Parts: sequence; C-alpha cells; structure tokens
Amino acid sequence: MSVRVQFENNNEVGVFSKLTNSYCLVAIGGSENFYSVFEAELAETIPVIHASVGGCRIIGRLCVGNKNGLLVPHTTTDTELQHIRNSLPDKVKVQRIEERLSALGNVISCNDHVALVHPDLDRETEEILADTLNVEVFRQTVASNVLVGSYSVLSNQGGLVHPKTSIQDQDELSSLLQVPLAAGTVNRGSEVIAAGMVVNDWVAFCGMDTTSTELSVIESVFKLNDASPAAIASTMRASLIESMS
Amino acid sequence: MEVLNEPVRQETMILCCICGIAIEPNPANMCVACLRTQTDVTESIPKQATIHFCKGCERYLQPPAEWIHAALESRELLTLCLKRLKGLNRVKLIDAGFVWTEPHSMRLKVKLTVQAEVMSGAILQQVFIVEYTINHQMCNDCHRTEAKDYWRALVQVRQRATNKKTFYYLEQLILKYKAHEQTLGIKPIHEGLDFFYTNEATARKMVDFLSSVIPCRYDHSKKLISHDIHSNIYNYKFTYSVEIVPISRDSVVCLPKKLSHQLGGINAICLVYKITNFIHLMDVATGQIAELNATLYWRHSFNSICDPKQLIEYTVMDIEQIKYKDRKFFPGQGTISHKHVIADVWVVRSSNLGLNENLIHTRSHLGHILKPGDTVLGYALSESNINDENFEMLNKDVIPDVILTKKNYTQDRAARRRMRAWKLKHMIEDKDSMATDNNDYYEFLEDIEEDPEMRQNINIFKDPRKSIPVDTNELSDPSYPQISLEEMLEDLAIDDIEIPHVI
Repeated sequence: MSVRVQFENNNEVGVFSKLTNSYCLVAIGGSENFYSVFEAELAETIPVIHASVGGCRIIGRLCVGNKNGLLVPHTTTDTELQHIRNSLPDKVKVQRIEERLSALGNVISCNDHVALVHPDLDRETEEILADTLNVEVFRQTVASNVLVGSYSVLSNQGGLVHPKTSIQDQDELSSLLQVPLAAGTVNRGSEVIAAGMVVNDWVAFCGMDTTSTELSVIESVFKLNDASPAAIASTMRASLIESMS
Repeated sequence: MEVLNEPVRQETMILCCICGIAIEPNPANMCVACLRTQTDVTESIPKQATIHFCKGCERYLQPPAEWIHAALESRELLTLCLKRLKGLNRVKLIDAGFVWTEPHSMRLKVKLTVQAEVMSGAILQQVFIVEYTINHQMCNDCHRTEAKDYWRALVQVRQRATNKKTFYYLEQLILKYKAHEQTLGIKPIHEGLDFFYTNEATARKMVDFLSSVIPCRYDHSKKLISHDIHSNIYNYKFTYSVEIVPISRDSVVCLPKKLSHQLGGINAICLVYKITNFIHLMDVATGQIAELNATLYWRHSFNSICDPKQLIEYTVMDIEQIKYKDRKFFPGQGTISHKHVIADVWVVRSSNLGLNENLIHTRSHLGHILKPGDTVLGYALSESNINDENFEMLNKDVIPDVILTKKNYTQDRAARRRMRAWKLKHMIEDKDSMATDNNDYYEFLEDIEEDPEMRQNINIFKDPRKSIPVDTNELSDPSYPQISLEEMLEDLAIDDIEIPHVI
C-alpha cells in the first residue's frame, strides 16, 4: 500500500513526518489535511501523533526511531518530550541525546534490527542508539554520501538508496542490513529519498510528485503489494543467500 | 605477492522516473526523451521578433538609433537578429544560421542551437527556429529628406567681384577633389554659391577645403532652432560665411605703401598673374613677384584698380628685350621671376591702328612671347578713371601709361570655340547664375588653355562631339595654346545597346 501526500503544497513529506511500525509522528501544520491522510491509513493500528521538536516542524529530519524507541535531539524542549512520552505506547523508549550532529534523521537510517549511521557520529550516541532502538549499528556511507539518513530509507522488508549507489555498494549494504536494496528516486527524480517518503512494513507515504514508475519501484522493494516480488528482489536473492551461508 | 585488483565500479541502472526505462542515474534522474518533454530551455526566448527596415536607404535599425547596411544572410544581419532576441543570455548559444526565406516575404528565419542547464546540472541542447518579421520604418535621414528639412549646416561662399571666373575655377576644383560628395545641395545665388550639409562637421570640412585652395576668410554663426531644457539638447542651424578675396586673375591692384614695402619693395601697381591659395603679384616693369596670403590681404584690404572687363587690345609695333645687365636691382628687393622676360614694348591701340603714329611705350613681362605685329591685351592706366586712395597718393610720373597683361590669341572667339575638343563637368545645371554660355565662361576656358599650371587642378574631359583637328590650317600661330590629348580624360559613357531578340 502506498499513498501520495503533500504537506502544505510541499512534496518533501519525509521531512514533516516520522513513520515506524509502532507509531507515527506528524508535524503540526496550518491545516489538518496532511494529518488526516496518515490518520485514515494508520489510526486503526498505530497511534498518529502531532509533534514538534525544538519548536520546528521538520521532525522527520531531526529525530530517528523504530518500533522499539525514539531518539530526539538535545534541542527538544521538556514539554515536547513530555508530550511525545505521553502519546507513545509505553513499550517505546524515548531518549533525548546530546549529539553534535543534531539532525538525527539525516545522519541515522534504521529499521527494527539494523542502523546505518554517519561515520563521524559520537561513540556515546552510537551506544545509546544500540540500546534504545535495540539495533546493530554500522558506520557507512551511501553513494559516497555521509548523510545516510537522507539518502536511504529502510524497512524490515527492504530498502531504497540513492540512485548513484553502485552495484557493489548496494551488495555490501544489503548484506549488512539483511534486506534487499534498490536504487531509486522519489518525487519525479529527486535523489533525497528520505525527504521524499516515509515507509514502514505495510505502508509508504510519498510526495505528490512521485511518478507511477517510482511508486512501483517503492512498492516492489518494500513489498507493499501482494503481487509477486519484482525482478529487483530476485536479483538480490543470490547475494542474500551467499551472505547468510 | 598478491596483486590487488581495483574492482571495476559498476554503475547501477535506475528506472527513468517518468517512463520507467532503465537509465544510468543523472542529475534529473530522467531519460533524455522525458527530460525534453518536461523542460524547455528555449522557454525564455521569444520565437518571433520584429526587425525594422528603411526602404529609402535599405538599412536595418539597430536599436536604439543606429541604422546599418546588411545584405540578406550576412553576418551583420545575423548579429542584428541575435541582438533582437531577449533571453539569449540565459542559455549558451552554440550555433546560429539563416534558413532560406523568399526575399519578398519580409520574413527572416534563424535556426539557433542552444544549450542550457536544467534541473540542477543536466545540460540540454535544443535546436529551434526564430521567425523575424521585417517591418518598414523610415529612418531619420530619409525622413528628413522627405520632409525637405534636411540641412543643418550651410556654407555661403561669396565673392564681391565683377566676374565669375573664380567661381568657375572653384567649381572645377571641387569636382576634381570631390569636395562636394557630402553636400546635400548646392544653390547658386547672386555673387556666390550656397552649400548645404547635414551636420556641422561636413560643413567645416568644406570650409577647410575652401581655405586651402583659394584665398578667403570665413565667419561662423549659429541659429537656435529648438531646445530641450530637460535633457540639455540644443538644435542649431550652423552657417559659415566664406568670403573670397575680391580680386581676380589679370586684375591690376594698387598696394598700400606699407604693404609694398613689406613685400620686398615691390612697385605699388602690380598685376595679379595667378590666384592659388595665395594671391600672386608681379611688377610688370621689373619682373619682381610677391605672394600674398589671405590673412595678409584682409589686414590691408586693397581693391583692384583695373579688372579684366576694362582690357583693351593693343598691337605691338616694336619690342626690345632688356638685357639682364641693364636691369636695375636694389638691396632688399624681393624675388625676381625668371620665367618672364622684361622688354620695352611700343604698342598702339588696335582700334587706332593706322590712324595715328603715336606709339605708346611701356615695359612688359611678356618679352618672351611677344613679337612685332602681335595683339596684346592691356589696361590704359592713364586714360581710365581710377578711384583708389592708394593710387591717388602715388607720384603720377611713375605710373605707366599702359600695363600689358597677356597676349591676345582671341581674334575670333567663335572659331576658337569650335576648335575646342574638350569640355568641363559641372556641379549645377542652373541656367541663370552659373550659366556656361557667356563671355566670362569662355574667358575662363581660354585661361585654362593658356595656363598649363592651372590645368593641373582641373579635370578636362574629351568632348565626344568634336574630333581632334588634324588639319591645322586655322592655326596661324604655332604658339597658339592648346590642350594636348594626353591631358584629357575619357568620360564615362554607359550605352544600353538593345539586344535583338532571338526567336
């Protein structure tokens, strides 16, 4: 299932929202349209929460999380942190961290088991990350970009990376992450993938400009439709089996 | 040792975000075909433009106010077309050329190839055609010509003299040096000519030309036509008034005492034997010569006491050349002419020939060409009524009775005219004031024949209606002045010969 959505005429929906398997954070906008789209899709299963971080709407880029926990930067005020803690399910741990690279969403990319982080990330942050989100942490780059959080989107089913990522890099990353990867774009050729979409194990929200070709790539790599996996998944198969054996 | 092979980096293929075909990633992440449909690099460039063309002078308007000549499909025209296109600075122009259009269609088509950067870094090249419509617009110059309001500067040339020979000579000089090329119009009026110009600079050039060929002075004035106080633009009509020295060739002048002293003690009564940009004076009794420039002339400003209208024909009865050793010289004397021979001449007025035996004695500079029996032209100084203050101050004893100016070849002016196998060109075809059918003009032609030095400044053309005389029976005098065939130019004649139709 994938949905096209716009935040106040802006296609960069990944900037204004954070979607995991156990909760969804949505920025406080001028209108409720953006929120309504998420609520319509997700309200039955997971809580959809209005949130802001340090007074900013760009929550998707500032925080990072999965079904186990949520990390927020040190700019988050106590009130905001309290609001998030109150709204999230009890088993989700919320942690505020002191990190120089405070846009956590840009420097960390994770699913429920693995996280790719910026090579310069603080050692302490890495430990908190591993503990809170319950993930294995790898310092990596995506297509020679250190902002792994911006240029890759991961779920437990698959991952989408920067279009310039070479086959070798994709193979290496997918063996680390244990999920199939594909290079692609969102929002009619935008390569800042994480800014253009959010995804969990059963639904993806993309910017309104995303073309049907891009949607089909997204749906196939994140296995969001019941249709048979695309050729991309089958080509990954060989490397997956090889790395597991 | 194991050699580490650098693994070949294999670029991934992604799907074009529009059409879904596999492509290598590029800045737009679209295939070229889709990129073309999405963006238009020529968007900012108009596909149609207008060019203004003046039918009168066949020039194109280069804004804001310049008019240029440009042939169809020329580089100049292409430059003009490209300058008319706004928005070309936002793209990189690779190529431009004309697409052929019918010349009468008033359309120009230019094919342009441009490159531009689209979508953060992808360079796209595109070829397109711009159509130009040619509109007619009359240029300012033509407009002023049409409105008969075209002169801005005027050169008035005037001479207060009794005959027009100086003007005939001036006309030939102007023709020879093509000084009239930028003239809008020439208007002969009483005692002179008016030359009209579009701007002051060309008029100024004409004035400079005049002052370099004839002795003259000029005055400058301007008249305000209109002005704009806001932009400080003043619109003037300029007038140069050129006054030619009122003395003509073959006149006799009487110099002020101071001037004659200044010119090397020359005799006060002199003959003007030549006019160039100097006045050339000669004392006929001693052969002493002097040159007088315009500035010096206007400082002393004297008039002629006898001019060519008063010439009387004399017959030479006897002549005796004066030997060099018998001539008198004094210290501080000016230049003496060596081209002339001083002689004692005894003449009698041709009309009185045979009636009285009173020979008049005079000294003349024409000793080298006169012989007894010749007729000669001269002024009867003692018999003429002269009103000149310088002349009145002279001692009457030293004034010669007769001053001879030139040998007379003109027994029969009509016969001489018939034999003239050459002609001159004219600037103005005006029947009244610069008419060429009068005695002044024939005298001028005779002067040309008699003076080879004068011919150097004049273009003489062969007269096709007359043949060069082979039989020289009419010429009684072998020294009779003539212009040789080598000195004549062939006139340009364009004859349209009708080509017979071949069926």
